[in-house]
Amino acid sequence: MQNFEYANPTTLQEALALLSADSAVLAGGTDLLSMMKDYTATPKRVVNIKGIKELGGISKTAAGLRIGASVTVDEIATNALVKAEYPSLAMAAMGIASPQIRNMGTVGGDLCQRPRCWYFRQGHGLLAVDQNGKPLVPNGENRYHAIFGGGPAYFVSPSSFGPALAALGAKVKLVSAKYGKREMGMEEFFVTPKNNITREIAAMPNELVTEIVIPSAKGAKNATYEVRHREAIDWPLATASVVLTMKGSSVVSAAIVMGHVAPTPWRSAAAEQAIAGKSVTAGTAEAAGAAAVADAKPLSQNAYKVQLAKVAVKRALLAAAGVKG
Amino acid sequence: MPDYSWPPMEKRKLMGKRISRLDGPMKSTGRAKYPSDMNMPGLLYGMMLGSPHAHAKIKSVDDSAAKSMKGVTSVRWFKQPGAELQWAGMEIALVTAESEDIARDAVRAIKVDYEVLPHVVDEQNLAKVGTRAKAAGEVITGDPEQAFKDADTVVEASYGIPVITHCCLEPHGQVVSWQGDKVEFWPSTQAISTVGGDLAKGLEIPITNVHANMEYMGGGFGSKFPSDSWGVESAKASKESGGKPVKFFHNRADELTIAGVRPSAFAKIKLGAMKDGKITAWQSETWASGGFGGGGAPPMPYVFINIPNRRTNHSMVSLNTGPSRAWRAPNHPQASFLTCSALEDLAAKLRMDPTELFAKNADYTARAEVYRKQIAKGAEIIDWKKKWHQRGEGTGEIRRGLGMGIATWGGAGHASKCKVTINPDGTVEVEIGSQDIGTGTRTAITQVAAETFGLPMSAIKLKLGDNGYPASGPSGGSTTIGGVSTSTRKASVNALDKLLDAIAPGMGVPKDQLEAVDSRIQKKGDASKAITWKAATQKLGVQSISETGENVPAQAAKEGLNTLGVGGIQMAEVEVDLETGIVRMKKLVAVQDCGLVVNPKTAESQVFGACIMSVCSALMEERIMDSQTGRVLNADMEFYKLAGIGDIGEIIVHMDITPDHDKRGIVGLGEPCAIGGVAAIANAVANAIGVRVPMVPVTPNRVLAALESRRNA
Repeated sequence: MQNFEYANPTTLQEALALLSADSAVLAGGTDLLSMMKDYTATPKRVVNIKGIKELGGISKTAAGLRIGASVTVDEIATNALVKAEYPSLAMAAMGIASPQIRNMGTVGGDLCQRPRCWYFRQGHGLLAVDQNGKPLVPNGENRYHAIFGGGPAYFVSPSSFGPALAALGAKVKLVSAKYGKREMGMEEFFVTPKNNITREIAAMPNELVTEIVIPSAKGAKNATYEVRHREAIDWPLATASVVLTMKGSSVVSAAIVMGHVAPTPWRSAAAEQAIAGKSVTAGTAEAAGAAAVADAKPLSQNAYKVQLAKVAVKRALLAAAGVKG
Repeated sequence: MPDYSWPPMEKRKLMGKRISRLDGPMKSTGRAKYPSDMNMPGLLYGMMLGSPHAHAKIKSVDDSAAKSMKGVTSVRWFKQPGAELQWAGMEIALVTAESEDIARDAVRAIKVDYEVLPHVVDEQNLAKVGTRAKAAGEVITGDPEQAFKDADTVVEASYGIPVITHCCLEPHGQVVSWQGDKVEFWPSTQAISTVGGDLAKGLEIPITNVHANMEYMGGGFGSKFPSDSWGVESAKASKESGGKPVKFFHNRADELTIAGVRPSAFAKIKLGAMKDGKITAWQSETWASGGFGGGGAPPMPYVFINIPNRRTNHSMVSLNTGPSRAWRAPNHPQASFLTCSALEDLAAKLRMDPTELFAKNADYTARAEVYRKQIAKGAEIIDWKKKWHQRGEGTGEIRRGLGMGIATWGGAGHASKCKVTINPDGTVEVEIGSQDIGTGTRTAITQVAAETFGLPMSAIKLKLGDNGYPASGPSGGSTTIGGVSTSTRKASVNALDKLLDAIAPGMGVPKDQLEAVDSRIQKKGDASKAITWKAATQKLGVQSISETGENVPAQAAKEGLNTLGVGGIQMAEVEVDLETGIVRMKKLVAVQDCGLVVNPKTAESQVFGACIMSVCSALMEERIMDSQTGRVLNADMEFYKLAGIGDIGEIIVHMDITPDHDKRGIVGLGEPCAIGGVAAIANAVANAIGVRVPMVPVTPNRVLAALESRRNA
């Protein structure tokens, strides 16, 4: 790990003054520390934000449920308000199958963590190219890579909460000394980079995620389904988060967002249309799943993820509607 | 000559009892100090520079920047300019410094100019490795050609099991100091009595100048016998610094990349059989790689060695990957998986219950009756008759299946010497140059000594883990329990014999009519003619008794204290989600043949551990190489997947503990139980989903691909 200066601010103001292009934000540290050990992150200054009280807490506000950026994964998994109104978020939290990481990891960290692409982690950059600029993923070991997007970025967004928050229409709030306060939806927050210097999130290096605001679900049914190889902690192979606005047993409208299948959470309008106006059955859920992956472009080793994404959508729909498959 | 034979089964008070391991509290409370826990004043830290390329030549090196860094004490080179590097991670230089941070920074400051050369890191497709494959040549027994013609049915398929790593929880490494002509050596090793000599050889100094010591170690699985290049260079770095101790342990990535792997094995197998399931012909073309030096030769056909008509050929493939080391039952898990997969496929084609097919062909094995009994026992435990169905039968998304695998192993005791001292104050010391690699050796030795003296285990002070004690063999090949138990028994009997010499006259009972039981020396079966152990040893005055005992492998069979040759079968029940391809373990049953069992509890623990390793290898574990960069992509605990508690399922261990087994003497157990599980699980998956998944680990992508290929067929 490269030597760095450690800062421990207690207010947002202090933190913002400490952040720069060469700094890194430390919350749970579950990703940052391993990146620093591998020299894939070499910040000059590490700014610990766990001492900033205003970044914590889960509360109901007029705009919806406010979740502070330093709220831990475990708090999400166990919070009564979350479990009652946004089970999809609590389910996503429980998909992180390590109590240690649930206790340390934070909501902000989940959104800002870097991709797990092994080429990226070995220093080949976000687009995973060799020293001659040749992309490594298409002819390489791509079993865990993206099936949507078509490159040149092939990593998958590692965020557990991103797809659920996107489906729920949540906003992320950011603040920086340079831009002041910003607010954006998940579709704007997650970015598909076109080169090796762009980040995969819209937040700038000197910008802090302060909170998430999730609008009231207004009774919309929601769920997350995760396909994971191991019961023990493991990155998902594919996930889907769905939100269903129902009228009786019929779906009025749906939001369907897949995870771990693209460089960003991947929303499927086709799947949403497929289920709209129908009641959720094994058959309609299956059809929505099929629609969700109709335009997938798998790589040489990851065609199986198309099937897994399809199943994730189907099972998330059935779980949200409370229908047995 | 004293009678060394084991006490009769029914008379044993400690041996054969379920005794918890003596070091459990030390380990579970963190008080046990492993070599990697060793810290001492003046400690220097070693860090290694490994090759970034899978194949390259070193053109030039520059360590001036590293050497000039404050706190750096030495930069030592494993390789010189001009040397060829044959795998990524291969040792190039070792830096020592006053802190880990400085050492790490200094490693990064070393400049090496490489000429990058072409590499080969993938052996799955034999046709693509070219001259990297060396065939051993065809071996033909009987008339396979005719036998295949005459067979009622023939099955032919390909199977593969990839390289996995040892993934030791405590990485390879050591603390070492070389001051004057003496070397103090604290390695994480499976071979305390020989690793010092190995280091001495590397340092070109007399063996007696190296003192090796290790109380605890965090796993080796066959990969921790030598002192290793990093041990040698760390010692030299210590000398350079005037004898300061140097601590070097691999980081996780290097541990998984260069500190040992289990070779892969791939096979094209053709079987010919009659309608009743009797196999008449075998043909296998196998290939394997354990890195640059080749390595890996699964014995084929496995267990069913006497199939009358056979044609086999094996090729070793040299790859630019980290070298193989012995891995718990070298070559056997691979051979078992390949062979048992083919047998299961034959059974499926014949619409036969595979347990019947295995039992029918048991005549081709070295111990037909043992296997038949074990199959019956395993079937009873897992409820095979009720649960088994024809391959692929069943409905719904979730399918269940059963499968079995088979194993054989030797397990005779290694050469071992032990010294036992009875002191006048009644204490008993056992000194033995063995090691407890986590298997319960400490506990077993103490049981044997205490049993012999009729004392509680707390009366025995056991000293092991030091090459100053009488030499005992490395812990490999399941040889430890037989070796150390025999030498301890003999040394204890010899010491007791001397004690009886001293006290028999005073007791007025002939020596041969005395026995040591319940902390007394008494006339056999007569507690009224007894003196306490304490009173007996007091009669020694000021002179202790020290006696030695030895296990000599060449004599062991005749003596009968330890022997070799066991069989084992494992049966698995799995649940497969046809939509996701995810396999969940329901049950793994291990029926293990063994000789005299010193401690059923630690013996079962061995089998439990082996079953868990089998689940990992069958469902998750795989070293993933990148053909483009030549590097290991998953040299971490994130994508190098091992089972967690929720992935293991229920494990049931049945040890055969009977007078018949007991009279064979002790037989090692560490390895036979680590063989059959992979085949059992892979076969259970085939039974569940109706199609063979040809490669393990049986991951979702492979299950879905197999289902897809069946749909397309």
